[in-house]
Amino acid sequence: MSDTTSQSGKAKVRAWYEPDAKLSRRHSADKRLRAYGIAAIIFALSMLATLVGTIAITAAPAVTQTMVTLEVEVPEGAVDPSDPRGGSYQRILNDSIMRIFPEVDTPREKRELRKLFSNGGQYALRDKVVDDPSLIGRTFDVTFPLADIGDQLHKGVIDRNLPPDYRRVSDMQIGWYDRLVEQGRISAPLNWGMIFNADSRFPELAGLWGALVGSFYALLICFFVSFPVGISAAVYLEEFAPKNRLTDLIEVNINNLAAVPSIVFGLLGLAVFLNFFGMPRSAPIVGGLVLSLMTLPTIIIATRAALKAVPPSIREAAIGVGASRMQTVGHHVLPLAMPGIMTGTIIGLAQALGETAPLLLIGMNAFITAAPDSMFNPSTALPTQIYIWADSPERGFTSRTSAAIIVLLGFLVCMNAIAIYMRKRFERRW
Amino acid sequence: MNKTAEEAGTLAKAAASVQAGHESKIAATNVSVFYGEKQALFDVSIDIPARQVMAFIGPSGCGKSTFLRCINRMNDTIDICRVTGTIEIDGADIYDPKIDPVLLRARVGMVFQKPNPFPKSIYDNIAYGPRIHGVAKNGSAMDEIVETSLSRAGLWKEVKDRLNEPGTGLSGGQQQRLCIARAIAVNPDVILMDEPCSALDPIATAKVEELIDELRQHYTIVIVTHSMQQAARVSQKAAFFHLGNLIEVDETEKVFTNPTDKRTQDYITGRFG
Repeated sequence: MSDTTSQSGKAKVRAWYEPDAKLSRRHSADKRLRAYGIAAIIFALSMLATLVGTIAITAAPAVTQTMVTLEVEVPEGAVDPSDPRGGSYQRILNDSIMRIFPEVDTPREKRELRKLFSNGGQYALRDKVVDDPSLIGRTFDVTFPLADIGDQLHKGVIDRNLPPDYRRVSDMQIGWYDRLVEQGRISAPLNWGMIFNADSRFPELAGLWGALVGSFYALLICFFVSFPVGISAAVYLEEFAPKNRLTDLIEVNINNLAAVPSIVFGLLGLAVFLNFFGMPRSAPIVGGLVLSLMTLPTIIIATRAALKAVPPSIREAAIGVGASRMQTVGHHVLPLAMPGIMTGTIIGLAQALGETAPLLLIGMNAFITAAPDSMFNPSTALPTQIYIWADSPERGFTSRTSAAIIVLLGFLVCMNAIAIYMRKRFERRW
Repeated sequence: MNKTAEEAGTLAKAAASVQAGHESKIAATNVSVFYGEKQALFDVSIDIPARQVMAFIGPSGCGKSTFLRCINRMNDTIDICRVTGTIEIDGADIYDPKIDPVLLRARVGMVFQKPNPFPKSIYDNIAYGPRIHGVAKNGSAMDEIVETSLSRAGLWKEVKDRLNEPGTGLSGGQQQRLCIARAIAVNPDVILMDEPCSALDPIATAKVEELIDELRQHYTIVIVTHSMQQAARVSQKAAFFHLGNLIEVDETEKVFTNPTDKRTQDYITGRFG
């Protein structure tokens, strides 16, 4: 009897710990949701990996620069020792090249041959002689870049098996190049010129130095304008301003300002800084001012959030011992909010570093072959340099564009990493 | 043994202490407080005697904290708050435009509900007030102030070897005594305490109560508390607030044993609140 009752009981009444269909549906819904989340993350990561991977693969050839080493004889009298800059180094270099290839004699062939060597050779030679005028009248080695076609040939970017009409290198040039390789004159050291040269029309000579200096000046201006102004504005709005319609309006507008497309700030900069105030075109100072317009709302919003996060009890404590409002803010609230403010500022500056559109409008996409001496000189910036290079037809600029993107991304990642580190390091729990 | 006799004895003592010259330190007349349109406090008039502990009791939202915060103009920090009436400390109206709230708050210290030490060292917590008021520069004079203040707050022995450690690292009760020491450091006459023990455990509470009892030799203390036992233990006078009105103020003994008002009676017997 007890058997039957227990069996029938089992069939009818479920024990409390046995799951029913509804519960397992709930659990499977949980699992599904988690799977969607993981899938989304995998998708995002693979996109990122594809992006970075493609850029890195394209940039790889720009890591090295093909150089050629020639013995150059600087004849006595070709260069005036009292003014070594004035020598005709182009001709001296040409003579040295011709000594290696004595069979080249028609002007057409000479032109072809000359195209294999970078135009920068004469400057490498000149710099060497200027540094050490005792070289005049002697023969010595000069190392300088091959021209773009030679560089691409060395890196295999130009396929020598294609029919001559389909490649930018003639059979003759390939022959000369092979001879240089045989003679051990070709080397491919790390491409420091890519960082330390200014821009050039020739890809083998083009570098980011001008853009780096320009971006540095622009960010410096941006920081020194937007940081104090942003903090002052945020402190006033958060700690001192009365709550009324006007401050509400200001708050809404600051939030709107953060969403204004950057090209609009560029137009504003063009109209106000260049046309009205007559500031120099293409100069980092104007770029910095325009970027600071964009960074300001970011800094104000971050600062206000950081100030809000400081518990009111700290303000009460300070006011309670007789601190004035300014002392309360200056001695307690602001220092406690500073990590948050710095984090927001760095993120704002990182945004500014990558911003292109406003800089295009104020002319920071000009072709400038020297790094700016000051923030008033024309210059490019990192993102505009990428823009210029991406627009250039030479093969060498393809890899250099990607390399420049990696440099820019590197800076952005570093800045964001600093921001994250600061947030973790100085995070305070109340 | 005999309860009434005991009560009579303490009452007599309290009366004697009043006669012994507990002059009025704070005199409030017709104080009303408005938050925007809403009136939170209605015509409160009260005399708070010097060097005694006055407890404000009453149900939540009755205005006792609001009134407490009027005494050092802490309400100034709230934009929509408006105070009418007069509060005189030693005969000077603290809402007179000539009075600087910064100076007022140096004379009227405050201890808050939740211990709120600055996230600085124990030393700097105490030294901050004297420093901004220019009482002492860093050095031996400041060291002395720190030691006296911490000693008076009964904390010196516990923290003297770790003055450079952060004040936030202390236990809750120690933090609250640190806050009391911080208030003492600027040498006030009056110390306002807004439910100082509500975030503390019973042992820490007992220590703070003991401290309050010692402090009343030097300071006039006004304490807001939700605990009627605490009011009975630490205060000599008690004021009962209800719905923004001051209902009754008298010797603590009398308020708790023989209140005049029905509402006081109901509150202390636990019928509401």
